[in-house]
Amino acid sequence: MDVAVVAKEIKRDDLRQMYYYLRLTRALEDRITALYRQGRIVGGVYTSHGMEAIAVGYASALERDDIIAPFHRDMGAFLIRGFTTGEILAQYLGKRTGPTKGKDGNVHMGDLKRGVFGFVSHLADNLPLAAGAALAFKIRGESRVVFGGTGDGGTSRGDFHEAMNFAAVRKLPVVFFCNNNQYAYSTPLRLQMAIPNVVDRAKAYGMPGEIVDGNDVAAVYLAAKRAIVRARAGDGPTFLEFKTMRMHGHSEHDPAKYVPRELLEEWKKKDPILKAELLLKELGYGDEVSFQEVTERVKREVEAGVEFAEQSPLPEGPEVLEGVFATEANSHPL
Amino acid sequence: MSSTTAEREVSYLEAISQALDEEMAHDERVFLMGEDIGMYGGAFKITEGFLKKYGEWRVLDTPLSESGFVGAAIGAAIMGLRPVVEMQFADFISCAFDQITEVAAKNHYRWGAAVPMVIRAPFGGGVHGGPFHSECPEGWFFHSPGLKLVAPSTPYDAKGLLKAAIRDPNPVIYFEHKFLYRRIKSSLPKEDFVVPLGKADVKRVGNDISVITYGAMVHLALEAAQTLANEGIDLEVVDLRTLMPLDKEAIYSSVRKTSKAILLHEDNKTGGIGAEIAALVAEDCFDCLDGPIIRIAPPDTPVPFSTPLEESFLPKTSDIVTAARKLAAY
Repeated sequence: MDVAVVAKEIKRDDLRQMYYYLRLTRALEDRITALYRQGRIVGGVYTSHGMEAIAVGYASALERDDIIAPFHRDMGAFLIRGFTTGEILAQYLGKRTGPTKGKDGNVHMGDLKRGVFGFVSHLADNLPLAAGAALAFKIRGESRVVFGGTGDGGTSRGDFHEAMNFAAVRKLPVVFFCNNNQYAYSTPLRLQMAIPNVVDRAKAYGMPGEIVDGNDVAAVYLAAKRAIVRARAGDGPTFLEFKTMRMHGHSEHDPAKYVPRELLEEWKKKDPILKAELLLKELGYGDEVSFQEVTERVKREVEAGVEFAEQSPLPEGPEVLEGVFATEANSHPL
Repeated sequence: MSSTTAEREVSYLEAISQALDEEMAHDERVFLMGEDIGMYGGAFKITEGFLKKYGEWRVLDTPLSESGFVGAAIGAAIMGLRPVVEMQFADFISCAFDQITEVAAKNHYRWGAAVPMVIRAPFGGGVHGGPFHSECPEGWFFHSPGLKLVAPSTPYDAKGLLKAAIRDPNPVIYFEHKFLYRRIKSSLPKEDFVVPLGKADVKRVGNDISVITYGAMVHLALEAAQTLANEGIDLEVVDLRTLMPLDKEAIYSSVRKTSKAILLHEDNKTGGIGAEIAALVAEDCFDCLDGPIIRIAPPDTPVPFSTPLEESFLPKTSDIVTAARKLAAY
C-alpha cells in the first residue's frame, strides 16, 4: 500500500489498533494450535495464520452496529467485536463460558449483541443470511451494512450465487468478500474454477468487484471502506476478492503436503504482520520498542484467556436438551 | 370450534390469505417473500392484492432461488423481522433443505439467536400434479430438531395456526394442503384468534378406534367414520394439526380410551410420521392396546401423475373402512 495514501486515509491510532489486533489474532491462534498439539483441544482447529489482515481490516472498517457474517478464518473479526480471549479459548475447550456454551466448537461462534452471526460449516450458507440481514436494514430504512464472506471454494456453491444475485437485484447494503487463500482443503484453484480471478464472478451479477492484497491490512481496510460507503449510499453490494495464501493445513491435523513448498516460502515474505510493521515504521507510527510492547501485551491477554478457559466449568450432560427451541424473540436492540 | 359471530363461509385458501393480511396489518415486522407472489398474486392467488396494499418491500417477488430466499429470510428473522416465505409447491422445498435443516433449525441451539420465520409449503396430492407438484415432504423435516411443523385441515385451523406460526419465535414450516384450498369452507369468528402450536384436536369423538391423522386425510377419516357408524363401529378422529412438537398427550388419551389405533397419512409409509407414532404408542400405551397398530399410507413410490395411478397411490376411504373392520374384530 502506498505510504502517502495510508498517511492521508488512515488515522495513526486506527492503524496501530489494527496492528495490535493482527498480533493478538496470531498469538491467540498460535496458542490454540499449541493446545491442540498437546491434545487439550478435542475438535478441529482452523486458523487464519498468514491471513489475519483480512478480518482485522474489514472489521476495523465497519461501524459497531453493522453486522458480520464471517468466514471460518476470521478470528480478528471476533476479537474486534469484543469476544475476549477467555471466551474464545473456552469455546475451543468446550466450556460453558464459551459463546455457544459448549453447543458448538472452535470458530463457530456468534453473538447478536456483538453483531456477529454464527459461522455455518457449509461454506457460503452464511451469504444468503448476510443478504437477508441487509434486506432487514433496507426494509427498515436503516443506514447499516453487512459484511459476509466465504473462501475460494465456497464461491462454487449455489448459495454464493443465489445470495449475490438476490442482493444485486434488490441493491442490498451488503459487502460480499472472498478469502482467496488458493486452496479449498486440498483442492487448488485450478480445479475449483475456470477463471483467473474469483472477482470475475461478480460481473455475472452486475456487481462491482475489486481485487485486494489480502495480506496488507491497510489495503483491506480501505477497500472495505469504499465498499461500505457504496452500500450505505444505497448503491448496492460489492464483491471483494482478498488474495492471500493459506499458510497452514486446512485444519491443524492436515500437514498440507499438497501445497508446493516454494509457494509457501514466497508468501512467507508477504506475511501480514511483517507488512504492517514495515508500514508503521515508514509512517513513523511504530518501532521495535512499540512492537515489543504489543508482543508482551498480547501474550498477557492470551495467557489470561487460557487461565480463564481452563478454570471454567464444562457444561453438564443434561444441558444437551437446552435451547432446541426459542421461548421468546431476540430481545436486545436489533 | 366455537364461532360466536356468523360470517360468510370462508375457504381454506381464503383463511390463509386472511391470516397473512391480518398479521401484516397488525405487525409491521411481517413481510412476504417468494416466487410470483407479488405482481401475479401467487400461483394459487393467496397473496392477490398484497403487493398493492403493502408495497414491494413487504411483498417481495424473488428470483428463482429457494435456498437463497430462505437463507435471506433467516438473516432478516435474526435481525428482528418476521418473514413468511412461500414455496410455490412444497416439492421445491428440497432446494432449500440445507438452509432449513442446517441453518434455521440449529441456529438457536448453537448460538442463541432465535429465527422467527414461517415457510408456507403447499403440499399433497389428488390434484394430478405428478411427482414434482404433489409431494408430502414433512417427514424430512420431522426428523430435524429445531423446526416446528404444522398441517391444518380446516379453514379455522388454517387461519389460527398460521397466525400462531407467524407469532412464534421459531422456524415453522406450514404445510397447507392444495386439495383443500377451494374444497373446504366454513364460517370463521370475526375477532382475532390463534390455534396454539402443539395442540391436536379431536375432530370426531368416538369410542371404538382412534384414527390419528392430519391434513387432507382428516376428511377421509371423517367420511369413513360415517360409513362405519352404520355398522356400529365408532371412530374417533384425532387431527394432529401440529406435527412437531407432537401432542403426545392427545394421542395417548385417545388410544387409552379406544385401545385401538389407525395411523393415516398421505406421506409414503416407510419412515413416515405414522411410524413414529406407532413406536410411541407401543412404548407408552402397550398395556391398553387390544389389537395391532395399523398404518394406512401410500406405497414407497414417487407420487404418480396419471389418474388410475394416483388413485391407487393415495389412501382411500375404503382402506380405512377395511382396516377398522379388521380392528373391530379384536
